[in-house]
Amino acid sequence: MAVFIVRRLFGLVLVLFAITVLTFLIFFATPGVDPTRALAGRNPTPETVAAVRHQFGLDRSKPAQYALMMKRLFISRDLVSYGNQALRVVPAIKKAAPVTFSLVIGAAIIWVVMSVVVGVLAVVLKGSIWDPVLMILALIGISMPVFWLGEVANLITQDRLHDTFLFSWVPPLGYTPLTENPWEWFKHMIIPWFTLSVLYIGFYARVLRASMLDVANEDFVRTARAKGLSERRVLLRHVLRTSMITFVSLFGLDFGVLVGGGALVTEVVFGLPGVGLLTFRSLQSLDLPVIMATVIYGAFFITIANAVVDILYARLDPRIRPA
Amino acid sequence: MAEFAFEPEPAGVALAPGETAREVAGKNPWLLAGRRLARNRVALAALALFLAIVVVSFGAPIWANHIAHVDPFSSNVNGTTVVDGKKVEVIQQGGGALGIGENPIGPTWQKNYLLGADSQGRDVFARVLYGGRASLLIGVGSALISCIVALLLGLVAGFFRGPVDVFISRVMDLVWAFPIFLLAISLATVLLTAPDGLQWGPVRVDPASLWIPTFIIALVYVPYVYRPVRGQVLSVREKEYVEAAIAQGASTWRLIFVEILPNVITTIVVMLPLMIATTILTESALSFLSIGVQPPAASWGTIIEDGQGLLYTRPWVAIAPGIMIVLTVLSLNVLGDGVRDALDPRAKLRLKRAKVGK
Repeated sequence: MAVFIVRRLFGLVLVLFAITVLTFLIFFATPGVDPTRALAGRNPTPETVAAVRHQFGLDRSKPAQYALMMKRLFISRDLVSYGNQALRVVPAIKKAAPVTFSLVIGAAIIWVVMSVVVGVLAVVLKGSIWDPVLMILALIGISMPVFWLGEVANLITQDRLHDTFLFSWVPPLGYTPLTENPWEWFKHMIIPWFTLSVLYIGFYARVLRASMLDVANEDFVRTARAKGLSERRVLLRHVLRTSMITFVSLFGLDFGVLVGGGALVTEVVFGLPGVGLLTFRSLQSLDLPVIMATVIYGAFFITIANAVVDILYARLDPRIRPA
Repeated sequence: MAEFAFEPEPAGVALAPGETAREVAGKNPWLLAGRRLARNRVALAALALFLAIVVVSFGAPIWANHIAHVDPFSSNVNGTTVVDGKKVEVIQQGGGALGIGENPIGPTWQKNYLLGADSQGRDVFARVLYGGRASLLIGVGSALISCIVALLLGLVAGFFRGPVDVFISRVMDLVWAFPIFLLAISLATVLLTAPDGLQWGPVRVDPASLWIPTFIIALVYVPYVYRPVRGQVLSVREKEYVEAAIAQGASTWRLIFVEILPNVITTIVVMLPLMIATTILTESALSFLSIGVQPPAASWGTIIEDGQGLLYTRPWVAIAPGIMIVLTVLSLNVLGDGVRDALDPRAKLRLKRAKVGK
């Protein structure tokens, strides 16, 4: 087990290094693309271009540029934004990360609970009309673009039904930190949480249903029934528990993707100042250092989540270890 | 127990519910799959809906030029249009809630400005039709490119194994480790920093070209198709008939394309509708972030972004393209399930048995 973990961690470091190189190459070495163009404004004079290139170190060799960038990102942590020289990238990400975590953790709790409920209900109600109805609803949830759903939610809760008893409690778009006022924080987050979780409720409910029906064929389930266990106990303690192995590994990956940038459009729609919104603002001004830093931050979370899932999975299922 | 459970299955062919071994034996698997799909009403309805959306979207020029007589690509801020026989301004001044600002015309429910105008005075309905054309072209195009590239890489890696496989698989792992959405965002941002277009040798790419989002989205999804394809090639390669072909002295070319490819292509066919659904959603998100389809061209995502500022006054601008996305993606998801059941009835069979066993 220890050897497996060490090997996995070594692989993790290699992947992270490759990701920083790839990100750097995309932003600063794509043929035909000159990052100074984004900096120097429209139709700059050649002198301006040269000055800007020198100022940002873009006239050095590519490996030197990469080393400088990484040093400023990880060691001295003083990488500054192109657009706003007072904006330090690393502290800006540190400040934004709690917002993204608030959004994703809340949504994750909702989607795990709801999808288990919907998935188990669909299995229990199989054969009745409710199973296909639930599965169609799940499919519709999967088919909705989250940013559109968010806009519809805003339309209803901020405008059309805002003055009714239903949604008069909804505060204007924005964010209040948990440490400042937990109740306000909760009120700001509840609509984004549900919006973000809809897709995952649909997806996980379908996966769980299929996996439970699959597991229900296994011999150990027949044995459990033959022992005279109640149907409820068989379903929850034997079938559901086994099905949760797939569920848990999927969850780890999706959680990593969301923290690492997947929640970007949700943050944009609800005006939540997380890492996603920071990325989006920098996109609009083509602020390459900020975008590069947020992309690397996101990639870190996703690869680390992948590694954690692999290690946990190996703990849960020893057959995987030798691989 | 289900009635088909004890019937011997012909080697390599799975039976769908209601089929007997005799019906299936010796038949072309594609014919069988087509017949199964034709019996699946839900999947057929989804296919019809998808085709209807395609036809309507590609009929956009007919609607704009011959029925509504509007130009959905140039701004029409000072223009007028005729509603109920009266001439009205497309953008009314001071029409907002406070009596200030500009207020584009709302849905007229007639041919011109059926769903109203956006903040540039352009006909939203005509834009949604044209937007569908762009979204579908990018979605289908990138899914096809992605599948073809992944198929070729998977065939080469799985067939030759050894260092070739290691190299291709490591590159794929790296792209896989990268957050897809962020990779797409990075590529799109960088390619859009060149305002005059890109020049790669003899190839010139205009920043407004639909090829940019198409290639970006195709690229990021290659590993998702590559992994199952490679796995399949590795297992098919060990089958007896491939060994027999090797023993007969078949060329590498023939082994890959005649012996192995036909047995791997079902994986691609099953994945394709779901891939298109995914690529359409990705394109809409990129366009919503204004790094996909560039104005004045439109895709569904671009129109939702245009409608963001008008959300509370003219909600149809944002709602209509969203409904089109949901319908398209939903029809593709249902169709994808149907295709999977038709080509791989075992998946469904297992579920059936589970139900009977309960």
